[in-house]
Amino acid sequence: MSNYHLDHLDHLESEAIYVLREVAAEFERPALLFSGGKDSICLLRLAEKAFRPSDLPLPLLNVDTGHHFPELNEFRDRRATELGARLIVRKVEDAIAAGIAVPVPGEISRNRLQIPTLLAALEEFRFDCAIGGARRDEEKARAKERFFSFRDAFGQWDPKNQRPELWNLYNARLNPGEHMRVFPLSNWTEMDVWEYIDRERLDVPSIYFSHRRSCVRRHGQWLPVTPLLPPRDAETVRELVVRVRTIGDIISTGLVESPANTVTDIITEIAAARVTERGSRADDRTSEAAMEDRKKQGYF
Amino acid sequence: MTPTPPIDILRFNTCGSVDDGKSTLIGRLLYDSKSLMEDQIEALERSADITGGGQINLANLTDGLRAEREQGITIDVAYRYFATPRRRFIIADTPGHVQYTRNMVTGASTANLAIVLVDARKGVVEQTRRHIFLAALLGIPHLVIAVNKMDLVGWSEDRFQEIRADCEAFLPRLDVLRDVKFIPLCAQDGDNVVTPSTRTPWYQGPALLGHLETVHIASDYNLSAFRFPVQWVNRPARPDHPVWHDFRGFSGQIAGGIVKVGQPLLLLPSGLRSTVREIWTYDGALPEAFCPQSVTLRIEDEIDCSRGDVWVSPDALPGCATDLEARLVWMHPKPLTPGRKFHLKHTTTLCRAVVTALENRVNFADLDVEPDPPAQLGLNDIGRVRLKTTRPLVFDGYRSNRLTGSFILIEEGSNHTVAAGLLEPPRELYKPEFEDFAI
Repeated sequence: MSNYHLDHLDHLESEAIYVLREVAAEFERPALLFSGGKDSICLLRLAEKAFRPSDLPLPLLNVDTGHHFPELNEFRDRRATELGARLIVRKVEDAIAAGIAVPVPGEISRNRLQIPTLLAALEEFRFDCAIGGARRDEEKARAKERFFSFRDAFGQWDPKNQRPELWNLYNARLNPGEHMRVFPLSNWTEMDVWEYIDRERLDVPSIYFSHRRSCVRRHGQWLPVTPLLPPRDAETVRELVVRVRTIGDIISTGLVESPANTVTDIITEIAAARVTERGSRADDRTSEAAMEDRKKQGYF
Repeated sequence: MTPTPPIDILRFNTCGSVDDGKSTLIGRLLYDSKSLMEDQIEALERSADITGGGQINLANLTDGLRAEREQGITIDVAYRYFATPRRRFIIADTPGHVQYTRNMVTGASTANLAIVLVDARKGVVEQTRRHIFLAALLGIPHLVIAVNKMDLVGWSEDRFQEIRADCEAFLPRLDVLRDVKFIPLCAQDGDNVVTPSTRTPWYQGPALLGHLETVHIASDYNLSAFRFPVQWVNRPARPDHPVWHDFRGFSGQIAGGIVKVGQPLLLLPSGLRSTVREIWTYDGALPEAFCPQSVTLRIEDEIDCSRGDVWVSPDALPGCATDLEARLVWMHPKPLTPGRKFHLKHTTTLCRAVVTALENRVNFADLDVEPDPPAQLGLNDIGRVRLKTTRPLVFDGYRSNRLTGSFILIEEGSNHTVAAGLLEPPRELYKPEFEDFAI
């Protein structure tokens, strides 16, 4: 400290705290999207650092697809209780029943159906800002994302017409019905997230660590066998020692074979990794522009 | 455990005209520094088979939008991240098209270093001058002129030196650029990008990555004059709590200088004085804190203070005024004319402002200012203006502090960010009202 030097994690932390306080100061009804995944776990710690000793000035919001890993939901609920934070959960199931989200015949994935569910939740609570844990290093449509990302009255992102974002001066102005998505972890990489989890000694859901699971090989990935994803006729079920690197729905999250039991093991594993984090997400592999298309419609 | 040197972050942006090979250069940096993962390389190969006739297009790595891949150009700033054992890097890949100059300004506003690409065949063109001027205007201390496509001029040292001389002819007028490096390269083949090329025996300097890893980024931040714009007043509503019942702190990010417990401070624009009681953080109280740390200051006295007020050190006073002079980068298709009113955001202050006069405009053909006041500033024009604000801004000249010397203008109604502003140094510094309290 004596030489007035901040390392990269200090820099990223200070930047994220600044962004979170801008949100608290500039918006009337912000919410923080909390899934229980590693990125939003970091976001919550940053929110504590930004707002303590006060209570968090925003509720936590989660869209439950009904296809979540049970470990994730348990963790989500426990963490919200520990922090004394208000947790709002809106279910895709209910959105389908209410006609807000309409599956196309035969559509099993809940990925697309999260979008109308989220937008309806923002409307229900009149949230004018949703803070998310997305990072620019995850995917190339996200690489174009601003810290303060404007969404029109339909919740849409217009990547060709984004507000210029200069210095640390964030334009938070909205007209009624519009909202902002804010991404305090924009400049973080997967490695930064794990180093921060290590430095802050943050608890993460058990599925990030190696465990035994029944898997089937599909589209070049190991997917977990569950009642939602039974093995098909020709498929062999294998018992493997695996972990998740990024968490999506239980039917689309590829598992990686890994002996990593601790955060330190995970950091070592990522340092040597030869595929990206999103390489294990079936939802992103549909097409080159899969993420861009979902984001335009109002995805996280 | 052996102590490892702290890893720092270098933020740089790349700019140049269309087709100068910016995205290819970044692709090459990532590819040759082994920062690309197998699935990214596979995706490149897939798109090469479909659209590229089998030829891998490194630009597809950064041109992430469908419209960009269709048109083969970069539309918006793309941010990329990579690391070497020496440094972490954040790249802002900014568009070359004149119409997207505002995005280049966006990428450059937070950069430590700018890479301006020049096509060795075309040499210095108006866009080159514009980008170098913008890098200087935005106070980027380090500049690399990357002379690309050297293979297409037969690796000619004469051609390289000619381009260097063309740049050096106007660089002295841009006095903030202290450190300018010229590197001959071929991004497509990787010459002098990550590894030194054997095709440029006449070039003795480092390859681009070597330079990026070692360039000395003496802190971009001003550590000499304490500035603390209040972001958020931290008042826990816990009347019964033994510790927090009377807690009142001012949260924010230090925008300049150093603060210590017990130090006298001045609050502007009100002019009230107090002393630092505690520098509170979630991880415990600190004896001192510095720019750009985010902290919560507790002050000895009960003073009226809210978002937008600025705590400053009384021995390094800023300007505090409603009449301002600034250089403006105009970013909207609808031109700026005198008399228009806007929202203005400066540090944590949001107020209204009127542009009272346009004083000059930069001509990019010769980088001179036109002698007569212009009738308007059009999209991507840069000029000096006068403004009047509804509340006093507590500010420094942009050259001494990027954070307290910058502002944006927001159009009322549409809420578009229409201009980036760089404040001139204050005509006079804040004068304490009661001289007997002055230090």
